[in-house]
Amino acid sequence: MRAVKGRAYPRIVGAQREPSWVFFEVVLPLFTVAAYAYVYQFMDAKDELIGYVVLGGAMTAFWLNVLWAMAAQFYWEKEIGNLQLYLIAPISRMSILAGMALGGMFATTVNATSTLVIGALIFNIAFHIVDPLMLVAIFVATMVALYGMGMMFASLYMLFGREAHHLSNLLTDPVYLTSGFFFPVKYLGAFVAAGASLIPITLGLDALRQLFFTGGAEDAFLPLGTELLILVGLCAVFLVLAHYSLRYMEYLGKATGRLTLRWQ
Amino acid sequence: MPSNEKSARMDKTPAVMTEALTRVFEPKKKKEGSTVRALNSVDLRIEQGELFGILGPNGAGKTTLLKILSTLLLPTSGKAYVAGFDVENRFTEVRQRINMVSGGEISGYGLLTVKENLWMFSQFYGIKSKVALQRIDDMLKDFGLGDKKDAKVRTLSTGQRQKMNVIRGFITDPDIIFLDEPTLGLDVNASRVIRDFILGWLKEHPTKTVVLTTHYMVEADELCDRIAIIDNGRILACDSPERLKKMVRMNTTLSMDVSRLKDTSVFGRFPGVENFTFTEDGEKGLTRLRFVMRDESGVSDIISAVLGQGSRIESLQKTEPTLEDVFIKMVGKGLD
Repeated sequence: MRAVKGRAYPRIVGAQREPSWVFFEVVLPLFTVAAYAYVYQFMDAKDELIGYVVLGGAMTAFWLNVLWAMAAQFYWEKEIGNLQLYLIAPISRMSILAGMALGGMFATTVNATSTLVIGALIFNIAFHIVDPLMLVAIFVATMVALYGMGMMFASLYMLFGREAHHLSNLLTDPVYLTSGFFFPVKYLGAFVAAGASLIPITLGLDALRQLFFTGGAEDAFLPLGTELLILVGLCAVFLVLAHYSLRYMEYLGKATGRLTLRWQ
Repeated sequence: MPSNEKSARMDKTPAVMTEALTRVFEPKKKKEGSTVRALNSVDLRIEQGELFGILGPNGAGKTTLLKILSTLLLPTSGKAYVAGFDVENRFTEVRQRINMVSGGEISGYGLLTVKENLWMFSQFYGIKSKVALQRIDDMLKDFGLGDKKDAKVRTLSTGQRQKMNVIRGFITDPDIIFLDEPTLGLDVNASRVIRDFILGWLKEHPTKTVVLTTHYMVEADELCDRIAIIDNGRILACDSPERLKKMVRMNTTLSMDVSRLKDTSVFGRFPGVENFTFTEDGEKGLTRLRFVMRDESGVSDIISAVLGQGSRIESLQKTEPTLEDVFIKMVGKGLD
């Protein structure tokens, strides 16, 4: 637990000490949100769609955080020389990742909430929370599954060089589309939506829309209960996969000498 | 492990032991180069309480050895034990007893303060925050960084940062600490503070062990109880600095500063010359010649050869063997 606390600390403190992060995580998503919202307004689409866009814009902060500050983190840590210090410490590697995840979740929740509130004010969005308990359950399950996936990716990225940067770039935009960040995923068809559901934010967003907006259920891909069950299943799958993949990658890194920088 | 069991183990077992330790690096693709044998059947035994130096040129295998001992790299063959535990299979036990500091390291996070960074690393070793913060305060004072504890790490100078790194290594109170060129690139004062701290720490904790790699002969000579000279992955000699120097005591070391020479290739061939190195001092227009000689029979030939090239002898000195002489004798070249 001390290791979790120790590694969460830089994330929480760092978010307060680096104001530029707020710009990237709060202000930038608002531009995308505004673009979609104006298109929907121009088309005279139903109000919920603009609400979906604002919610999707807020959730992009989590996706970007998982991709760039979880999955790719061990690559950056290797570059600055921290990875070897984590590896020689007598702790579980999962505790380091859990610390990064908790710290990241906390800092990103603040930013995502800001995006949600600002977006709601600008576009006059009305939220009608149907079931607060379910909302909390879905949000927590989505976060655990999403950051669990980030942990699994982190182990894969551990041995990467510059290709880590490319892979994160490659995953950023396609997921915006397939996970339905700015429109209900069910309109992509059951096959694509089912495939995209492997990324926890797909079902998380779909469920949150049902919980935040009165007309959300009409656009839902799956019923709330089913989505919660799948998300809980994804939590377990990703955490277990992360544990084993981290162990295997560490072994592979020790065998090939790729855990530390070449010059060290 | 109960503390009495731990202390019993620490009493009897060597801090580090390797048996025919070998590490081979294969290129990822054949065209990217050939196989590198970074360590070649290394046998080493380091006792508890020793300050043990590993001296070698770049690429000799020093860092590879430390990486294996600190559980970051697997051996290709052979065995390595730290505090009696196999680094391959019992790495958790090894990690509970070690720490490592590398020269030029830029670890930690620039956004955090010095105190926060050190606290963070202490948490990975399960040290209670209250204890950790007290140790941090004490050690920052020891290193003359007391006024920097609330400074962000990114604002520190190279020397201050390296002092912080050294504190990070010692704050966890390891039984064995691996220091990989800890004073690399530091000024005289910063190096002195770090060396003094290491010596003081060992004096205070006589059962603790320091394994140090260094490029600096003086540092090795001044600090180490024993030194292993390593080159091309092999241990060429391993003994105390005094005994190592005795190995070349039969030889005379002759140092000459002469005005710039045209041809230095002849000097290695004179009778009695066992080893010959030279450096150019462009600023002063001098060539510095250094001969390790079995006997003095060739001295007159050397002087004649210098004068024969129209060069002038600026200084001539016969010196007692130093660790550098030992190194040159073993490795065949100096440390650049």
